[in-house]
Amino acid sequence: MEEINALELKNISKYFGTVAANEGISFSLKRGEILALLGENGSGKTTLMNMISGIYYPDEGQILVNGQEVVIRSPKDAFAHQIGMVHQHFKLIDIFTAAQNIVLGVERRSIRGINEEVKEIAERYGFDLDPKKKIYDMSVSEKQTVEIVKVLYRGADILILDEPTAVLTPQETEKLFSIMRAMKENGKSIIIITHKLHEVMEISDRVAVLRKGRYIGCVNTAESSEMELTEMMVGQKVTLNIERPETKFDRPLLEIRDLCIKNDMGSRAIEDLSFFIRGGEILGVAGIAGCGQRELCEAIAGLRKVESGGIYHEGESIVGLSPKEITHKGIAMSFIPEDRLGMGLAPSLSITDNMMLKNYQDRMPAVEESGESAEAPDADLAVQTEEPGAAPAGHMEEPDADSAAQKKNGCKVFLRRAGDRIGRFLNRYCGFVDRKRARQQAEQIIQELDIVTPSTETPVRRLSGGNLQKVLLGREILIQPNVLITAYPVRGLDINSSYLIYDILNREKKGGTGILFIGEDLDVMLALCDKIMVLCHGRLMGVVHAEKTNKEELGLMMAGSLNLMEEKGKQMGIAKDTQIGGDASWNE
Amino acid sequence: MDIMFFSSAIEFGVIFLFGCVGEILTEKSGHLNLGIPGIMCMGAAGGCFGAKLYLMPTDNPNGFVTILMAILFAMLFAAALGAVYAFLTVSLRMNQNVTGLACTIFGVGFTSFFLNTIVLTEGVSTKLSYAGQNFFNAALPGAESTGWFGTIFLDHGTLVYLAIIIAVLAALMLRYTKIGLNLRAVGESPATADAVGINVTRYKYSFIILGAAIAGLGGLCCIMDFNLGNVDANVSQTIQGIGWLSIALVIFTMWKPALAIVGSIVFGALYILSSRITMISFEQIQLLNLIPFIVTVIVLIATSMIGHRETQPPASLGLSYFREDR
Repeated sequence: MEEINALELKNISKYFGTVAANEGISFSLKRGEILALLGENGSGKTTLMNMISGIYYPDEGQILVNGQEVVIRSPKDAFAHQIGMVHQHFKLIDIFTAAQNIVLGVERRSIRGINEEVKEIAERYGFDLDPKKKIYDMSVSEKQTVEIVKVLYRGADILILDEPTAVLTPQETEKLFSIMRAMKENGKSIIIITHKLHEVMEISDRVAVLRKGRYIGCVNTAESSEMELTEMMVGQKVTLNIERPETKFDRPLLEIRDLCIKNDMGSRAIEDLSFFIRGGEILGVAGIAGCGQRELCEAIAGLRKVESGGIYHEGESIVGLSPKEITHKGIAMSFIPEDRLGMGLAPSLSITDNMMLKNYQDRMPAVEESGESAEAPDADLAVQTEEPGAAPAGHMEEPDADSAAQKKNGCKVFLRRAGDRIGRFLNRYCGFVDRKRARQQAEQIIQELDIVTPSTETPVRRLSGGNLQKVLLGREILIQPNVLITAYPVRGLDINSSYLIYDILNREKKGGTGILFIGEDLDVMLALCDKIMVLCHGRLMGVVHAEKTNKEELGLMMAGSLNLMEEKGKQMGIAKDTQIGGDASWNE
Repeated sequence: MDIMFFSSAIEFGVIFLFGCVGEILTEKSGHLNLGIPGIMCMGAAGGCFGAKLYLMPTDNPNGFVTILMAILFAMLFAAALGAVYAFLTVSLRMNQNVTGLACTIFGVGFTSFFLNTIVLTEGVSTKLSYAGQNFFNAALPGAESTGWFGTIFLDHGTLVYLAIIIAVLAALMLRYTKIGLNLRAVGESPATADAVGINVTRYKYSFIILGAAIAGLGGLCCIMDFNLGNVDANVSQTIQGIGWLSIALVIFTMWKPALAIVGSIVFGALYILSSRITMISFEQIQLLNLIPFIVTVIVLIATSMIGHRETQPPASLGLSYFREDR
């Protein structure tokens, strides 16, 4: 007898406006197997799964469950067909208890006795879960457990897990995988979405690959390799090596001592943190999401109050300075939040306007036009300070008016220069902005970073995620910082764009910039960073050399079960050649 | 301070209670309905209209039927405006604040017009005040004979008890029933509620309209119970003022209908305080009238400083929900 597939998709398509998120996708899920759905960000994995779980409705195509064609119009329909999805961003009500979340929406008469029921089901599958605990008191991994129990409680036979490991430590991931194997033993069919190749190799039986909304193929995991899968995913051969150029380390540029910061809720986000960044090195920050990275960035950039401790830039304290003053000292921050736009860029403004947001205060002269570049900006400034206005500009004309060409066009040039001077005067003293220079800067970063945009005047929200991130990073680099703080710069980027970002960071590093790299993917951090600092609930677990450590060690540190600070008893995070303490000669 | 003061405070407070419970139910579904003042006015207009329909043809009216007709039409009129608000904000996903304010402006204006031109024809005024005094304010048995207890707790009209019953039912519903759990989920995170199979749109529509209907009773209560059926020219302005305070009361009571019972009586007492204290100037009266607002601001500051997760407004309050939004 022919085996009936648990789930089969035939020619599924979904369009958002004119954009095809999924186009003609067909594949099947066998009973009792774990299928990995692999694809870059934006390749339509989540959209596809949302259609199976009833969040979206497909524009074309059929879905077959156990060989029967079904119509899934809402999540309720999906549950009726025993399909349950654990979303990447947990869909839980913070102020409810675990049990309340689990029974929410289930057809039942009353909500009495739910705690016992939930406890019973959790025990059956070997979960450790307190049904009366409120979600806001839970860790990420506990929340995920609630999500999985929620799906099981509804009697799902087909489970879809959307990037379940993105927020977990390696150890928690291992635990999740063993639970998944147990569920497989129980006859459940599982689809796991991920873009981490090694996890695909470890857990899945088969792999289905999507690329740009299209189905590329399905292979048996055992017969495939990471290289082959990457090729399927990206569509071309790529080298998976990230460069780590050797540079000569400078003395510490940024030093943090015993720093304590509070988070929005008033509890400690960072506790007694000490570390330093040298010029020409990339210091990675590893940690589970939300363990103080954001607060740390904000404190360094002057956006968050420092409770106690010190932040020193080239030996000078920058605690209490305004964000503007800190930027002037050469510290730049680019933070890519989960929604990408939230911090740093104004979505409806153009690239030019976004450039101006950060740089309008600078009183740098505009880029001179050809033929006039000989003019010294200093002299310009001096004249304007004495006698501002257009009239003195005429006197300035005389010294270099000997060229024949200029005599001919003298009047024209005079008028243009006068116009420029008035413009510059207005920019400097009357609060007008210099759009011309901003546009030139915008053009510069578009060219240098290969940003795809119709023009410099296109609102940035129309750009794709990758291009947005390049704009954000490009703007920070443009002010030539000596300390660059970058949080999740490759969040949501495809492989090619990610490598471009790594290249930009390496270029800055070679130029002697100290970089604080807050990342998510441990593999990337191990390859890119010189040193990695691990945080666990705002506490420093240790700083390790990227070459001398491995993922397991980092994972243990992230989970808080390995604390190098206690173990070795040495003063980690404090440079021997510190600049704190009045070493003023360094600057010269 | 005499016993009558407490009695009046309760009687006035329940007007707030209707508005407040209606708004709490609406807000629990994630919609901030600033149209409550207008909706309460609609309730007043509908109530008077319903009472008129029954009273005019009969010479010997039955009190029970009068009240029933008034309640029915008050809820109907208020629900109609609530339904408009729901359609605009849920289905068309318009800005809730703007829509709500428009509803208030409409409701207040419509009520002035409707009462003066359609309801108050020849002879209606006397019949309404007769009904107000004899039906809506009919005390419970034993109100006279039990002294101060009777005056405070038994000497009220039907609507006062109805308000308290509704508030208690709303509190029980939110706390202990499946519907309440689902409703709170919708207001906290419609995407989550949707993903577990709750019909978000149906919940939003149901509770916005139900909330409006309950708030509408507040308008009826103001005219027929507290005003003893006297429809004066400024009644829609008065109800509008009470409506705004009802929304403030929602914050004051931290979205808890049970607390709203106490809160509304406190607000009622503060509101009538200025008319009970003699020998004060006009300016002082104005200042006294400010107290409910000041208290609300203090409560707002206090709850947000304490920052406890469960005294906060529903997390998705004021946000439109569209399932396929990306």
